Amino acid sequence: MSAVISAREEILACISSAGTKGAEDAAADYARIERSYRQAARLSHAATLDLLEERLHEYGARVFRVAESEIASLCARLLRERGARRIVVPAGLPEKWLAGAGSAAESTLEIVPDADFDAAALDSFDSVMTASTVAIAETGTIVLASAPDEGRRAITLVPDYHLCVVREGDVVETVVEGMRRLDAVKEMPLTLISGPSATADIEMTRIKGVHGPRFLDVAVVRA
Amino acid sequence: MSVMELDPRTALSFPKAAKMLLKETELRGNVRRATETIQAKRRKLVAEKDDWQELRESARQIRAHVLAHLGAYLEEFERNLTRAGGTVHWARNAEEAQAIVVSLAKEAGAQEVIKIKSMTTEEIHLNGALEEAGIHAYETDLAELILQLGHDTPSHIVVPALHKNRAQIREIFKREMNLPELGSAPEDLAEAARRFLREKFLRVHTAVSGANFLIAETGGICIVESEGNGRMCLTLPDTLIAVVGIEKVLPRFGDLEVMLQLLARSATGERMNPYNSIWTGVRPGDGPRKMHVVLLDNARTEVLADKEGRQTLQCIRCAACLNACPVYRQTGGHAYGSVYAGPIGAILTPQLMEMKHGQSLPYASSLCGACYEVCPVKINIPEVLIHLRNEVVKRHGPLAPEAIALRMVATLFRSERRFRAAQRLGRMAQTLLARRELKIVGQNVGQADWGDSQWIHWLPGMLGGWTRSRDLEAIPSESFREWWDRRSK
Ligand code: SF4
Repeated sequence: MSAVISAREEILACISSAGTKGAEDAAADYARIERSYRQAARLSHAATLDLLEERLHEYGARVFRVAESEIASLCARLLRERGARRIVVPAGLPEKWLAGAGSAAESTLEIVPDADFDAAALDSFDSVMTASTVAIAETGTIVLASAPDEGRRAITLVPDYHLCVVREGDVVETVVEGMRRLDAVKEMPLTLISGPSATADIEMTRIKGVHGPRFLDVAVVRA
Repeated sequence: MSVMELDPRTALSFPKAAKMLLKETELRGNVRRATETIQAKRRKLVAEKDDWQELRESARQIRAHVLAHLGAYLEEFERNLTRAGGTVHWARNAEEAQAIVVSLAKEAGAQEVIKIKSMTTEEIHLNGALEEAGIHAYETDLAELILQLGHDTPSHIVVPALHKNRAQIREIFKREMNLPELGSAPEDLAEAARRFLREKFLRVHTAVSGANFLIAETGGICIVESEGNGRMCLTLPDTLIAVVGIEKVLPRFGDLEVMLQLLARSATGERMNPYNSIWTGVRPGDGPRKMHVVLLDNARTEVLADKEGRQTLQCIRCAACLNACPVYRQTGGHAYGSVYAGPIGAILTPQLMEMKHGQSLPYASSLCGACYEVCPVKINIPEVLIHLRNEVVKRHGPLAPEAIALRMVATLFRSERRFRAAQRLGRMAQTLLARRELKIVGQNVGQADWGDSQWIHWLPGMLGGWTRSRDLEAIPSESFREWWDRRSK
């Protein structure tokens, strides 16, 4: 045995001699933490959907409420309006969502399923379309949890335009409800998106779009 | 202005640095405007949460609980991150952490690294150590980029370049990015940064970050940001090295439901910041293939061992206390001579320096209590300040009457219940104490490192401001006299 104590052992020893308690008490003590903050929703689901829309608008995102059968035509229109040329999509994105896009004779839109593109290759896409796992109305937050129709994290980061589908049933009112739904996927890579990338580093002026997508459109889909 | 040294071991004492900085009217204007803007936004969003106080109390209890069981949670975190394909390293001090990061970066074959804003890497002066090893670090947070290109240092925990205005930023970018035609609209400046950095994000394969929270239950890491530079650094490179203070751990994923609600509102006055990333170890096909976490002690265990100082480690670095502090708003961050400025810096820095440096910092406060009121994890900063003043006096004995008076205030503060009852009275008394203290300090020129006869000259104006902000009439004069009598015995 070496006489040199490892940093790990020394730090842990310092912690335990600092008057801290061991693992055996942790669970019981943890259970005693007071949680009298608000945990349940107050709004009806319809009002929750309205609130989400309002918050997303505040962030400068556009919101469209559609039926499932209308997604394809909406997406085709939005991609055309945004002037999209190359769009990357996660392998698990329902094909029918993009059935209307890229099919018209005059369309130059190229739809490419993600195939482990490196950063430089991703940079050649101007758009990305994904689904989502949870949306939180109170904060206007959309959560991607690496599901097959959401893809890996990098694809929703490098392209400049993100078209995101939110299912009405996944919309909750509060952060608490949202985080509790995410508990089921807590080990997946999670990205909580609250409006397009922004900075307030210059004179506290909120500027949209520093590194992440600058444009965000959200399609809220009726179940 | 010359660049202020942010190493507490060599920095000027607070009064000296403050005196210099108070002449910088442009800087003070920039700081005032920025802090007023954040404060107004924060106030509005805090007011809309009718459970704000309950959230604060839960956050305090969660953070205090973590500290009381720190060893257990760190080991749990280590186990779970290891299981998820990550590697945990332990560093006793800044030098060890620097050496670990340098050797990991070299192992990854890096000549350059991209960095996410991280106070912890600033604390250990990591960029200098990397540079010495021939590895260039690119700061990717807009504010940090402004500082790096402008050869400047951070003056705020959340908005590190808030002391710079757009014209100054434009000059830096024009010069350093070679963009003579650059406009001065914030949009132009952000666009210039986007272009400048995009090439780095696509090219550099090693990233260095801090972390806002570690999650013991999963081995997960949470990083909170606005610009997307964090996401770039977390997902595009092959190797990610996170340097994290040992106190940053949370027991469960579910604790984020409290922390995330408090952090953005307190830090930037947003309901939620644009991006939060939470991930666990290495996930094939998504993000870095090598994930390292360097757990940094650097005197945190000493702070932990100090019953009164321990709560300092509850901090989630939201900077609300800076924005609320009348002293910070006057001087800006550089006067604190540390990467941690403002009220939290005034208590954290001397403790991280094991009370050997930064000893004037506990005096850089009027004890007005504004920091405590805004703190989302309810750190009783005035209480810790008084405790540290006591420590300073102990070390610098002889026990002057000031020390005795300080002690008395400390007992008053010791129990939270008594503190609440005594708060109004306490505030008044402390103002007078602060005046007296500072006068004494002024007279002891050359004796202690905060001594400077000029110190007193800028005080009347500031004290005027502090006094105005308080409802002095409401304080029952009898109780005050009682206190005063006791004090002067
Ligand atoms: S001490 Fe409290 S208010 Fe200050 S930065 Fe830390 S958490 Fe925020």
